[in-house]
Amino acid sequence: MAEELSRHPGVVYSTHYDYMCSDPGQELLKKAIKEHRLNGVVVAACSPSMHEATFRTAGEEAGLNPYLVECANIRKHCSWVHDPGEEATDKAIRIAKSLVEKVKGNVPLEPVEVPHKDKCLVVGGGIAGIQAALDVAEAGFEVLLVEKSPTIGGHMAQLSETFPTLDCSQCILTPKMVEAARHPRIRLLTYSEVEEVSGFLGNYHVRIRKKPTYVDPEKCNLCGDCEKVCPVRVPNEFDRGLSQRAAIYIPFPQAVPSSYTLDEQACLGLEPLRCSECARACEVGAIDYDMQEEIIEEDVGAIIVATGFELYPLENMAEYGASKVPDVIDGLEFERLLSASGPTGGEVRRPSDGKVPKSVVFIQCSGSRDPELHKPYCSKICCMYTAKHALIYRHLVPDGKAYVFYIDIRAGGKGYEEFVTRAMEEDRILYLRGKVAKVFREGDKVVVWGVDTLTGKRVEVEADLVVLAQAIVPSSGVTEFAQRLHMSLDEHGFLKEAHPKLRPLETLAGGVFIAGAAQAPKDIPDTVAQASGAAAKAVALLSAPLLTHSPEVAAVDEELCSGCGICAPQCPYSAITVDEVAQVNEILCEGCGTCVAACPSGALTLRNLGDEQLEAMVEAALEELEPARAAVEVKGG
Amino acid sequence: MVSGNGFEPRIVAFLCRWCSYAGADLAGTSRIKYPPNIVPIRVPCSGRVDPQWVLDAFERGADGVLIGGCHPGDCHYVSGNYKARRRIYLLKKILPELGIEPERVRLEWVSASEGQKFAQVVAVFVEELRALGPRSVTSDA
Ligand code: FES
Repeated sequence: MAEELSRHPGVVYSTHYDYMCSDPGQELLKKAIKEHRLNGVVVAACSPSMHEATFRTAGEEAGLNPYLVECANIRKHCSWVHDPGEEATDKAIRIAKSLVEKVKGNVPLEPVEVPHKDKCLVVGGGIAGIQAALDVAEAGFEVLLVEKSPTIGGHMAQLSETFPTLDCSQCILTPKMVEAARHPRIRLLTYSEVEEVSGFLGNYHVRIRKKPTYVDPEKCNLCGDCEKVCPVRVPNEFDRGLSQRAAIYIPFPQAVPSSYTLDEQACLGLEPLRCSECARACEVGAIDYDMQEEIIEEDVGAIIVATGFELYPLENMAEYGASKVPDVIDGLEFERLLSASGPTGGEVRRPSDGKVPKSVVFIQCSGSRDPELHKPYCSKICCMYTAKHALIYRHLVPDGKAYVFYIDIRAGGKGYEEFVTRAMEEDRILYLRGKVAKVFREGDKVVVWGVDTLTGKRVEVEADLVVLAQAIVPSSGVTEFAQRLHMSLDEHGFLKEAHPKLRPLETLAGGVFIAGAAQAPKDIPDTVAQASGAAAKAVALLSAPLLTHSPEVAAVDEELCSGCGICAPQCPYSAITVDEVAQVNEILCEGCGTCVAACPSGALTLRNLGDEQLEAMVEAALEELEPARAAVEVKGG
Repeated sequence: MVSGNGFEPRIVAFLCRWCSYAGADLAGTSRIKYPPNIVPIRVPCSGRVDPQWVLDAFERGADGVLIGGCHPGDCHYVSGNYKARRRIYLLKKILPELGIEPERVRLEWVSASEGQKFAQVVAVFVEELRALGPRSVTSDA
C-alpha cells in the first residue's frame, strides 16, 4: 500500500509503520515532515474522530500547519470490517488516495479567535441552579440567577425529608438559598423570565423580564399583616393546591428573597384600585401598586440551563381515578402532607375529609415505563421516594398500613438498597409486585384492584389514600427556550447533552451547559454533582483569555457572488448576511457547508473542503488501480 | 474490483461526520463485516453534499452513490439533513433524463450508534446494484 501510494502524483514520501499513534509513530511523522519538507500529510490509520487531533498536534510540533494533516480511516472503515485480501487493500488505497487529493487542496489555516463576555447566566433557581450559581460565583465570576417563581429553592423546598438519610430537605437547602442571595457576585432575579437569547459561543445577549411583585423587598419585614386582611383566597401552588393563600403571599417562610409578592392575577384589582386593604395594613409602607415590570439586558459568556422538572399531570391518569377522586394524590402533594411546614403541619391528613388515613396505597411507575399509554422511560427517583413516603408515613401513623405496588425496585445509589430493605423489613411496608388495574371510590374508601404477579393472585385493597409516583417530565416552556438557543431536546422533551457519555454537561450550543432534571430525571445528589460539573465547564470557558473556533468554515469569493441571497436562509445560525454580496460571520459559522451546496454561482466554498477538492477525492476513490498486486495486509495505528 | 465472474459495483459514500461516518466507525469497532465496494468520504453534514458531486461520481465511473446523514431532527447543524433530503429528492427526479436509474442514489439516515445499520445499508445497496448491473455505457452523465 505504501508503495502504491508513493507512485501517486504529489506524494514524495510514503512509508509503513504499525502503530502510528504511538510515540515512535508520531516521531516518525515529525521526522518525515522535517526531512522531506512536507507541506501535507496523510496518516492512513485510525478514524479522524479518534486521532485527528493527535496527528495534527504532531504535525504542528514539526512546524507544519495542523490543517494540512489529514487522517485516512483505513482501520475502522476498512481493515476491521473486511476480510484481508486484494479487495480490502484496494479500498484502503482508494481511501488514502482520496485524502491525499484533499490535502493537496488544503491551505494553512489559523483557528478563529473569539473574544467572550465574562458573566454567567443560570436559568432556574432550584437546587441545580443554586449550586451552579454558587460555584461559578465562588470562582470569581458574576452570575445572573433567573427564577420564574417568587422564590428560589425549586422542588427541593417542597420536600419533607430526603432519601436515604432522612435529612430535612428545607434545613439543608435554605442555607444554600441564603448563601446565593447574599453572595456579592450573584444577582438574583426572581419572578423573572428569560425572554430572549441571541448570540453565540461566549457571546450571548439576554433579555430578562422581571415581573413586578408590588412589594418592596427592602421594606417588607414579613409581619404578615397584609395576608390577614386580604379578602382573596386561591389555591396555594407551593402546597400543590392542598391549602389556600391570599393574593398577597410568601410561598413559604424561608423564601428567598424574603418578601411578600402580590399576585396580580388573583388581586381584586390594581387598576383601578378596588381594594387596597393590604397597603392600608402594611405599617412599613412596603406595598407599591405602581411598581412596574423591569427589563434587564445583559451580555453573558456562558449559560447554564437548570430548568428542572414537573410531575406528569394527574389528570392523565384516569385509570387511577386521578383528579376525580380527591384522595388520589401525587408524590409532591404527599410531600406537602408530610412536611412540618405543610398545610397540615406535618400530620398526614387526607384531602377529602381531613381524616388520618389508616391505609395508604402507593403506586410506583404511575405514568412511567408505560410506552402504550404514557411515558416509556423510568423516572428514576420514584422507587426511592416511595420507600421514603411509606416509611415516614409508618413513623407518623404507627397503626397505619402501607402498601406499595411496583414493577421492579431500582435502588441503585449509595445507601439506597439498604434504605428500601429497611422500609420493607423494619417498617413492615407491604410491597406487592404487580400493576394496578383500577382505582375507584366506594363510600369513603378508595378501592385499588391489582394483581400480585409473584403469587398470581388478585389483590384488592380498601385504602383511605392513594399516592401516585407520577412520571417526571421536563418543565413547561423549555421547548421554546431550547429552540432559541439551538439546543436539541430528546424525544421526551428533556435537554439533550452533546454526547451521552463523554460530554454530558455540554449541549451542542457552544457555551451552553445543562444541570439537573432538565436533562433527565435525577435525584438530588446527582443533580448537585452535575450542577458543579456544569459550573466547572462554565468557569473554564469564562477564564480562558480567548475562545477558539474551527477555521474550517464557509468563505465567499466576492468576485463570483451575485448577491442572489439563496444562501442566507439555508444557514441555521444566521451567519450569512447579504448586502450586495454575501458575507459570512466566521464566528457564527459552524462549517456545515449547507450554504455552499446551495450557491448557484460557486461563490461560496467551505475552507479545506471545496468543490474542487471533493471532485479530486471522488476521482481518486474511483480511479482504476493496477491489477494483480500482491495483497498487502492492512494494519491500523 | 471484479471478483470471480460477477459484477462488483463501485460505490462512493458521502457520510456526515457526526452520525453516519461515526456509525461506520462503530461498525469498525464492533467488527461488523460488510462488502468492501464502498469508499467513504467524510463531509461535515449531509447538507454539504452538492447534487453535482453525485453526477460527477457517476461520470467518473461510480455505479452507486450513498449519502449518509443524521436522522431527521438529529442533524448536528439543526437542519442540513432536511436540505439534503430535498436536494436528493429533486436529483432523483432528473436522473432518468440523464440515463441513470434513480435507485443508484441512496440517502440513508444512520446515527452514530447504528454500526449494524450502516453495515446493513451497504450490504443491501451492494446487492441491489449487483442486480441492477453496471451503469450502461451510453448513459453518460
Ligand atoms: S450533521 Fe449529520 S446530517 Fe447534518
